[in-house]
Amino acid sequence: MKTVIIKYNAGNIRSVQFALERLGVEGTVTDDHDEIMSADKVIFPGVGEASTAMQYLKERKLDQLITNLQQPVLGICLGMQLLCRHSEENNTDCMGVFDVDVKRFQSPVENLLKIPQIGWNNITGLHSVVFEHVPENAYMYFVHSYYAALGADTVAITNYVINYSAALQKDNFYAVQFHPEKSAEAGARIIENFLNL
Amino acid sequence: MLTKRIIPCLDIKDGRTVKGINFENIRDAGDPIELGALYAAQGADELVFLDITATNERRKTLAELVTRIARHVNIPFTVGGGISSVEDVNILLQSGADKISVNTAAFKDPGLVDILAREFGSQCVVLAIDTRFEGDDWYVYLNGGRVKTDIKAYDWAKEAVNRGAGEILLTSMNNDGTKKGFALDITGKLSQNLNVPVIASGGAGNMEHFVDVFENAQADAALAASIFHYKEIEIPALKTFLYNKGVNVRF
Repeated sequence: MKTVIIKYNAGNIRSVQFALERLGVEGTVTDDHDEIMSADKVIFPGVGEASTAMQYLKERKLDQLITNLQQPVLGICLGMQLLCRHSEENNTDCMGVFDVDVKRFQSPVENLLKIPQIGWNNITGLHSVVFEHVPENAYMYFVHSYYAALGADTVAITNYVINYSAALQKDNFYAVQFHPEKSAEAGARIIENFLNL
Repeated sequence: MLTKRIIPCLDIKDGRTVKGINFENIRDAGDPIELGALYAAQGADELVFLDITATNERRKTLAELVTRIARHVNIPFTVGGGISSVEDVNILLQSGADKISVNTAAFKDPGLVDILAREFGSQCVVLAIDTRFEGDDWYVYLNGGRVKTDIKAYDWAKEAVNRGAGEILLTSMNNDGTKKGFALDITGKLSQNLNVPVIASGGAGNMEHFVDVFENAQADAALAASIFHYKEIEIPALKTFLYNKGVNVRF
């Protein structure tokens, strides 16, 4: 089995690679079109800013490549947001695989909301094969200021002032807002489930 | 619901943990990776590695250590201690650190915070402040607490957040080592007025102190070193205690 991690100008690729390594899987970091297309599994990670990331992907035509992939794809954090329709982060048009928009957390009037959300939060309403053997209310590690709204593709929900999509799934595209590569055993289980698809 | 975080801190010198005896169940308590992985397995929410090495080989040793930690530890970790440039940060993040903390260098050149936030994102920039209460207020200290400044901790924290710091790690020098509890007043002031998470540090002596800092000072996370290293408090027991007191924690 060949697993690739898409290389672009957004960080945390090393962590994903190490998480795969802990599961005994080698992840090849690449932006080569042929390498990505011929992979069995594609991981699309990312920590960073939406507009510069989208621009980088477009310049290399990676956006078209990604949306046309037929094998299982796992978007993580910014990777998930870029697979959505549009992001409020610098008013960025994204790839539109998932039919939801990405918005910025808003502090309610009555109390101060810390942005970004940093830390462990629980995920509920789990209904995807990637959550097999992951218990309802499992805790995952989140670091983000923008969130994907709820929609038809939502397969896990988290609450931070409002309910939003902790995970999305449509056809061969799977995506999580949290960092499974940093979410202890429960996170490793999700990556393993994805690799076993 | 977002949980309160428990963060063990490991002091590192020449690639080895400085404290950390009293662990008969691991082979080498001086090995930061073994100790870190043990804390992760026990339910620590994050780890902080504070490098106190002073040699010229420091940077290379630390980068290698960070890579080894990232390979083996499956929870987020922050690396701090003497970080003073974009290049330092770049190497550590590339090596696999999730966040870095800056202290003295950021105070001396606040523009560093802006640059780091812009280059790498606020989420990986932790501003560490060592503070001492003197006379009328809490003041910033530099160089590991050896150099006094006349800037108030709150003012510096606020400025750093405006410049892009994503988290504040606040250590009270008055409380550190006393085991009499965290500094609730200054922790609360920062946590309730700044829109970034505040990690309280210094003074943890018993489990009730963690309840106090979460409930009464609204800290987002609490950091401690020796009480964990010397097993005066074990993380699973601490989490159970917090849960029973109504504090939202991860199991």
